[in-house]
Amino acid sequence: MFKYFEPNKIFATTSKAPKYVLFLFIVVLTIGLTEALILSPEDYKQSDAVRIMYVHVPAAWISLGIFTSLALLSVGSFVFKNKNFALIAKSLAPSGFIFNIIALVTGSIWGKPTWGTWWAWDARITSMLILALFYGIYLLAWRIYEDKEQVVKVTSLIAILGVVNVPIIKFSVDWWNTLHQPASINILSTNTAIHPSMLVPLGIMTAAFALFSLLIFLMKYNTELIKVKNKGLDRL
Amino acid sequence: MINEIISMNGYGVYVWSAFSFTLISFTALYFVTKLQLSKEHIKFAFKFGSLNEEKARVARSQNINREILSNTSNI
Repeated sequence: MFKYFEPNKIFATTSKAPKYVLFLFIVVLTIGLTEALILSPEDYKQSDAVRIMYVHVPAAWISLGIFTSLALLSVGSFVFKNKNFALIAKSLAPSGFIFNIIALVTGSIWGKPTWGTWWAWDARITSMLILALFYGIYLLAWRIYEDKEQVVKVTSLIAILGVVNVPIIKFSVDWWNTLHQPASINILSTNTAIHPSMLVPLGIMTAAFALFSLLIFLMKYNTELIKVKNKGLDRL
Repeated sequence: MINEIISMNGYGVYVWSAFSFTLISFTALYFVTKLQLSKEHIKFAFKFGSLNEEKARVARSQNINREILSNTSNI
């Protein structure tokens, strides 16, 4: 099955896709920003400060999703001995890291008007900070190690160790008393604490952020493939 | 209307700084990634150009190398 996803076969697609993804991202982001900043209602308790949710929540979701993908790809890389898995993981990591930073910074900005503080060593916030450290170490490892075999092993280990933190982040608001509110949306049930008038912009912004991470992934992946081919030219 | 959007009931400074930080991060990551991609394209074109005829023929026999070269010409 993996032969259909070999870099040589998919490069024609991955090299052309970014321009279409960029166009789609700009369209969806424009709709999302209009909904989030103008059309969606203010919250009866938080007033307009609630709008920060439209960047904070999608960023947190996507950074968690990407780190989980890194761990799965790392396991895949060990099990199937497929180098392409490591290349895909390496290309996904930068956008995951940026989304993690966005979630932390926008969460901090949201914390000031709602909790009265920029930062608290609360379970959810601290576990998100730990995730950012794992992302940082993961990206740093790709820069430090020169040996290809070694770097794949080290980064895979970091991703597999770090993914333990993902369920901790998810359930931290249930396991501990935290300043952070409990989950308002459950993807496994239709029972949600958010009104559709806020859920729709949240969904659109999540789609826009997902498109942006796809765009960065494709550009990074193409960069990595060309790097590999550059080394191939040296060996000719 | 515009004043209401800007002030956001007194939360404007928080809302706009959160959205601005997000959009600035997106723009920075996009351009850094684009720059890295362009650099690799240029490096590839340079290396390809310095190959002798025989090696260039071998390199050109791979689809992916032809794709990279055609994309490089668009940069």
